[in-house]
Amino acid sequence: MSVVITQNVPAPQVDIESRPYWDALREHRISVQRCTTCGRLRFPPMPGCPYCGARGFERVDVSGEGRVYSFVRVHRALTPAMEGEVPYVVAVVQLDGGGPRIIGRVDGDLAAVAIDDAVVPRFVDHDTWTELRFTRAVGAQKP
Amino acid sequence: MTQRAAITGVGYTPFSRDSGTSVLDLAAQACQAAIDDAGLARDEVDGVASFMVMHDSVPSQAVATVLALPEQGLLLDLDLGGQAPCYLVTLAAAAINAGLARNVVVFRAMNGRSGDRVGTMQFHGMGAQYRYPLGYDAYMMYVAMWGQRFLHETGGGPEDLGAVAVAQRKYAELNPRAVRRSPIDIDAYMAQPYVVEPFRAADCTIEVDGACAVVVSALDRARDLRHPPAVVASGAYRAVKRSGLDIGDHLLWDDYTRNYTSFLAGDLFGRAGVSPRDVQVAEIYDCFSSTVLIGLEGLGICGRGEAGAFVRSGATALDGELPVNTHGGLLAEGYLHGMNTVAEAALQVQGRGGDRQAPNHEVCAVTSGALMDGSALILTADR
Repeated sequence: MSVVITQNVPAPQVDIESRPYWDALREHRISVQRCTTCGRLRFPPMPGCPYCGARGFERVDVSGEGRVYSFVRVHRALTPAMEGEVPYVVAVVQLDGGGPRIIGRVDGDLAAVAIDDAVVPRFVDHDTWTELRFTRAVGAQKP
Repeated sequence: MTQRAAITGVGYTPFSRDSGTSVLDLAAQACQAAIDDAGLARDEVDGVASFMVMHDSVPSQAVATVLALPEQGLLLDLDLGGQAPCYLVTLAAAAINAGLARNVVVFRAMNGRSGDRVGTMQFHGMGAQYRYPLGYDAYMMYVAMWGQRFLHETGGGPEDLGAVAVAQRKYAELNPRAVRRSPIDIDAYMAQPYVVEPFRAADCTIEVDGACAVVVSALDRARDLRHPPAVVASGAYRAVKRSGLDIGDHLLWDDYTRNYTSFLAGDLFGRAGVSPRDVQVAEIYDCFSSTVLIGLEGLGICGRGEAGAFVRSGATALDGELPVNTHGGLLAEGYLHGMNTVAEAALQVQGRGGDRQAPNHEVCAVTSGALMDGSALILTADR
């Protein structure tokens, strides 16, 4: 397990709806909500289903494997907190199996990241929280 | 829309890096300038409307007070950014139609350069915890995320974004108010390093201190005023389904190649009784270059994937088929969150565009906003 001591990067401000998500990441699991009425997965956590409006949900773990829907390569930090981090890539990842989209940095060969790349999760432990990142899967390019 | 209202005057403060004064002072100066430009007396102004992001501006009530305006029938403050200007003009026109007010001044004011800067501001919404700790921490990145996908799906490239920046800079050379007036060509554009790929510096608006205002008046009054009315033929606001938890959360919206313009275009043109082909001038919200391409396609002015080639062809220049962002856009004139985009649209319809006046200017489309939600107007000559 890699431990990154957070210098300036802000820790997430956790709330009652998001607590289970962040707690699961601490255990290197990705926990999302599933509507008990329509069965759709959703992210971020919220108290009602954005597809059918029902209130009931359960939490399920997803693999974190998916594909890059879009991404940005950040060459210049726009906040002081990230000055030590550039360059870096942030992607919107479409999780496999009807999963929701989720945002995370993609580590590895930054210049190679492309839309539709297959990615796998990578858990980065900070001092007080765990961050979900991704790396390109072996043979990541779309077939 | 059945209301008969028109933009009758516009007002600006200078756009600067450091205004040296308060936001309330800037707001009052721009509103007074717009009221004077319309040819109205202050005691005829019975409504004020504005918007702000994270409390970076002042309430409409304060402006009504320091301008010694009479009793107010409409004071409206929206907690929105660049989505708001066309929305507020739409609401002002609707209020006029409903008899709530006769003359409404709509403004945006901020010390956006020397004070709170939206470009690096953290939106403390419910979605904040899912972006700032990841370094997904600036509005520019959200628009870049959409722009990247848009270029991918439509077969566009950096030359398409560059064409927008270059075309608009040409207009800025003709606009003394513009902050960025030095010429740029596509080679100079391509030589700029990326800030947040796919955006270079020239793809990004420039933050300024300043204020801009327009006056919306009942059309019967407008016809007696100083300038020809810029008639609000229609207005529309739209937020897409599942638009998210806050201004920076777009995880539930599944198509980053289509923004609000795709969803309000039918209502907008239908209520105005015109088609996209009738538009003679377009002022498309451009906090970043990609939103011009997405907006031209969303409104139906260009077909899917055709906006880049349209701009590269020179069609959006002053002597082109459809002049677009004749003030230089937010990219070059400065980031007044699209209030200046609406003011430019009014100037064009009124025939007051000066060196940058579009030759045909009876029908103008103007938009406000970049992503999930936003608004638009059709302004026309009084006909």
